[in-house]
Amino acid sequence: MAESFDVIIIGGGPGGYVCAIRCGQLGLKTAIVERENLGGICLNWGCIPTKALLRSSEIWHLLHRLNEFGFSASDITFDLAKIVERSRKVAAQLVNGVKGLMKKNKVTVIDGEATLKGRGTITVAKNGQSTEYSAKNIVLATGARAREFPGLEADGTLVWTYRHAMVPKEFPKSLLVVGSGAIGIEFASFYRTLGAEVTVVEVLDRVLPVEDEEISAFAAKAFAKQGMVIKTATTVEKLQRGANNVTATLKSKDGKIETLTVDRVILAVGIVGNVENIGLEQAGIKVEKTHVVVNQWCETGVPGIYAVGDLVGPPWLAHKAMHEGVIVAERIAGVKGVHPLDTSKVPGCTYCWPQVASVGLTESKAKEGGRRIKAGKFPFIGNGKAIALGEVEGFVKTVFDAETGELLGAHMIGAEVTELIQGYTIARTLEATDSELQVSIFPHPTLSEMMHEAVLAADGRPLHI
Amino acid sequence: MSTQILMPALSPTMEEGKLAKWHVKEGDVVKAGDILAEIETDKATMEFEAIDEGRIGKILIPEGAEGIKVNVPIAVLETEDGEPAPQDIPATMQAIREALAPASPAQKIPSPLVGDAAPKARVGIEAPAAPAAPRSGNGAAAPHTEQRLFASPLAKRIAERDGIDIASVHGSGPRGRIVKADVEAAAKGGVPKPAPPREEQTPAKPVAAPEAHAVSAGLAPLPDARLFYKEGEYEAVPNDSMRKAIARRLTSAKSLIPHYYLTIDCDIGALMQLRARLNEKSPKAEGAYKLSINDFVIKAAAMALMKHPDVNASWTEAAILKHKHADIGIAVDLNPGLITPIVFKAEAKGLIEISNEIKSLAERAKAKKLKPQEYEGGAFSISNLGMFGIKEFTAIINPPQSAILAVGAGEERAVIRDGKVIAATIMSVTMSCDHRVIDGATGARYLQTLKIYVEEPASMLL
Repeated sequence: MAESFDVIIIGGGPGGYVCAIRCGQLGLKTAIVERENLGGICLNWGCIPTKALLRSSEIWHLLHRLNEFGFSASDITFDLAKIVERSRKVAAQLVNGVKGLMKKNKVTVIDGEATLKGRGTITVAKNGQSTEYSAKNIVLATGARAREFPGLEADGTLVWTYRHAMVPKEFPKSLLVVGSGAIGIEFASFYRTLGAEVTVVEVLDRVLPVEDEEISAFAAKAFAKQGMVIKTATTVEKLQRGANNVTATLKSKDGKIETLTVDRVILAVGIVGNVENIGLEQAGIKVEKTHVVVNQWCETGVPGIYAVGDLVGPPWLAHKAMHEGVIVAERIAGVKGVHPLDTSKVPGCTYCWPQVASVGLTESKAKEGGRRIKAGKFPFIGNGKAIALGEVEGFVKTVFDAETGELLGAHMIGAEVTELIQGYTIARTLEATDSELQVSIFPHPTLSEMMHEAVLAADGRPLHI
Repeated sequence: MSTQILMPALSPTMEEGKLAKWHVKEGDVVKAGDILAEIETDKATMEFEAIDEGRIGKILIPEGAEGIKVNVPIAVLETEDGEPAPQDIPATMQAIREALAPASPAQKIPSPLVGDAAPKARVGIEAPAAPAAPRSGNGAAAPHTEQRLFASPLAKRIAERDGIDIASVHGSGPRGRIVKADVEAAAKGGVPKPAPPREEQTPAKPVAAPEAHAVSAGLAPLPDARLFYKEGEYEAVPNDSMRKAIARRLTSAKSLIPHYYLTIDCDIGALMQLRARLNEKSPKAEGAYKLSINDFVIKAAAMALMKHPDVNASWTEAAILKHKHADIGIAVDLNPGLITPIVFKAEAKGLIEISNEIKSLAERAKAKKLKPQEYEGGAFSISNLGMFGIKEFTAIINPPQSAILAVGAGEERAVIRDGKVIAATIMSVTMSCDHRVIDGATGARYLQTLKIYVEEPASMLL
């Protein structure tokens, strides 16, 4: 007789393990199946280890500004192996943390690869052994992996995905990053800061294309100033692998062809959902463009089967996956007052240098449909704390509905903005309007004062500029 | 063949109710007229009878479930050949889900739907989270019937811009908070922009919309009392549906009806003597009666209404409805709570008939056995607190009525007559009038007549 659960979650990434915790909290008998390591890409190969790497590059950057702060030092060097080792340790620590959380919430962790078998049943394969489990509810959270194109496949030595780029054995002197989304730009930032010659190729006409136009323009300038070469409206036609280098053929929108020889290439051209080998087709689950189709409740249309996170639609962010995990757990448990995910309230963060963070609509999207808006902007140079920190690059921008005062979007670039954006996210979620934000008191001296100023600026009345 | 048994509307204004008790269980055979269940509204508990014969196939709504909307399937009745068609159950579930959707998240509906089978669970849990339907009437348990209005700043701004009365919007946010989406849905769904005074508005009688809007828009929410007292220093007694109905109706009545008050003293010396004489003549056994002062007051009020049809009226936006009979509501103390059953055509009834009818109404009111048609309507009410020694007081008009008479105690008072102080038994009565219907002098003329009828009951025979 197969062991049976209220909920079985397939995939132990942020969508899956958070769903499991919430199920546990709600008293559901829960199991989670993971084929590799709990924590998924986020903890093992994504968000967390890259933040550890970027912290190292940030320190490297500061070490080169010691004089400015009254220090001196010579013979500053870095040990790539140690940087990577620290990053792996950070990941390992958190994976252990998730294991502990599963235990605390009485979630059974099943090691192996799961496949759907008819309604309410799965099999888990491990070392050639197959075990059957049954569950009233199944949550698919198998995540995604890097997208590759024909001719643009990663090999792990010369042509990397994020997975390889995170654990370099030797430091590449030159690097081509294909794609200027969050993943591409973060690696470009890391390697550039540590001294690599970095070229970024973006098919669209601006870097960080999901961000507000002004943010993209500011970022492009900042990256160029750091010595990064940005080629927008450009595609990679061909990658020719040499002994220890790659020659890329690039084609710009106007047809200009050029070649570029680099030590390594990082592919960061989006993701594809892990939809294979889990029995989706047999179960009758609809897949479109490598992602599972779900409704606003993460329901697949097959009764009792849900899907969350990168496996389903965008934005492909860990915190979005976590939120969906919670929604599904609460819906299964019959919690009342659960609301569907509103993607306009999902913040996005990119940990390049300078950092980028945003929530809601860009200015141009906000204007679509003829809506009257008012936008406010405040630069880091007008903020005392920013000057004291020596971080005067960047700005904060707000976009409001001119009539209702709704905070439609907020966009930031500069030091620590990834820690600031939650303020605007809360405001948006609570449906605060410009009036409430205007009269909120922001502590002095902090970077957050810029958030207040950007609100006031939307009414043409910033205080410190 | 199987048919659905639907939640009955036991009165014209009933929108939802509580399934207080099932008298049958699954598998029971019933015939027409058998009592299936007891349905409780905020006013009364009523028995619900079977119309067809058959066997109870499935009970869909469990005993004790509250806020069940009218016409929601509550059970499946199998007629003739037994088993329900298999597709009936999902369809029924769907109907329930849709019907339950607008219900307040605060309501505890022991859902029969969150079961062990996955498809059922899916249906069941969808209910509370479905987008809030615009409220057309009084969803009794919706959070915004509380004094304090919970709405996001943005929701308030949009409501203000679009002229939507936010108090009439159903809140879908945390703890019933009204959010942007609710206001937008309300705007699209054509929720009445001004807040209609809820229960007193029957479809045929549209109520003064502009006034309603003006008043509700200007009201500042009252603070939550819990903010002022330490937890543990009080006992929180949950409001039952009658308490909620009283709060809702009287808040809107007092807020929306322009009340004014007229007081007059009646010398009831002659009435007391007459009453004593008549009561003495009561047969000892069959047909025994005991007339109260109030019975005389009711008769007098009814007779005066016939003489002053301007008072015997109800307000609507388009017209004043002048009633042809004197239907008089009598406030009955249920301790706790109260209800106002109606003595219909009191002008045509004798004192004994009135007296007996009130006794019967009061008994059945206390047993929660009144039928809606026994307490809905009327144009005039009488509330008597004289038995508690209350000298005089003012009452709140019970819409759609236009006046209510507050009757104090008949007591010996020193009065001056012909320059001399003498003792007389005086009863003060205060009439609350809806100024939209009854002007000051109109009300005063009515009370003049009433005084004559009370002071000299024989004049009613003239």
